Amino acid sequence: MRAAIVVFPGINRERDMAIALELSTGHKPRMVWHKETSLDGIDLVVLPGGFSHGDYLRCGAMAAQSPIMPAIRAHAERGGYVMGVCNGFQILTEAGLLPGALLRNAGLRFLSMDCNLRVERSDTAYAGHYTPGQVFRAPMAHGDGNYFASADTLDRLEGECLVAFRYAEADGSLTTAANRNGSQRNIAGIYSSNLRVLGLMPHPEDLVDPLMGGTDGKPLFDGLAAALAA
Amino acid sequence: MKAVVTVMLKDGVLDPQGKAIGHALATLGFAGVGEVRVGKRIELELGENDPEAARKAAEDMGRRLLANMVIESFKVEIV
Repeated sequence: MRAAIVVFPGINRERDMAIALELSTGHKPRMVWHKETSLDGIDLVVLPGGFSHGDYLRCGAMAAQSPIMPAIRAHAERGGYVMGVCNGFQILTEAGLLPGALLRNAGLRFLSMDCNLRVERSDTAYAGHYTPGQVFRAPMAHGDGNYFASADTLDRLEGECLVAFRYAEADGSLTTAANRNGSQRNIAGIYSSNLRVLGLMPHPEDLVDPLMGGTDGKPLFDGLAAALAA
Repeated sequence: MKAVVTVMLKDGVLDPQGKAIGHALATLGFAGVGEVRVGKRIELELGENDPEAARKAAEDMGRRLLANMVIESFKVEIV
């Protein structure tokens, strides 16, 4: 699998993502500056977390207009894999590659803590090494992670089973307390209709080594490496 | 020519900043403050002399960048 990480000014999780990808795939991902315009030969494009362009106007709004975006859009339209984590998820919604938007956290506070994610389905390239209903721990660090979409869009996401992960209790139950940022229907991550584009707010890449305090996020990268092995 | 674009969250979209400001106003003793909504005002200097062309340009900017139409609406004033 050949992976690329898109580097926007102001992001800060690109090296964490590179460590996680290299650990599972054995290959260093290519770092792609946001002013580049080509993603030739790339299987997986990752938009990492951080604060691209200082979160000016809206989180991800400026990055969504970057010179690299037409290449990312073309890659997605070809059926290529695109994963956006945290700011990357915000950029994907701003670019219209995933539906909905990420609003200010319901409690207004920046949330920097671990959360529990419930895996909604495992028949995807991203979740193949988890089981449906499995709960895993993931760090989160965001001020604008409150997933919002119109009722029609939410119903479509549920109807097509495009919710990837939900904020849950350790036993998998969906509670308001577990849904700290106020996301609609506890949604932490969603897929595109073809299941190739994933956006999620928490950071599985930050729990892939015992030295990080756990390996709960590693199955996501191992699953990707297995699914995209070529 | 100058255009003023006002961007607001759509009705029904939770506005936690507005809520926090409402609480703070109540704490300060301002009674009778109902819902508080927070938006953005964006002023644009446009190299355009025709007000209709300026409005059209500002509306295009609003749709494509200044507002996220999933959660926000905007209005344009030419001043």
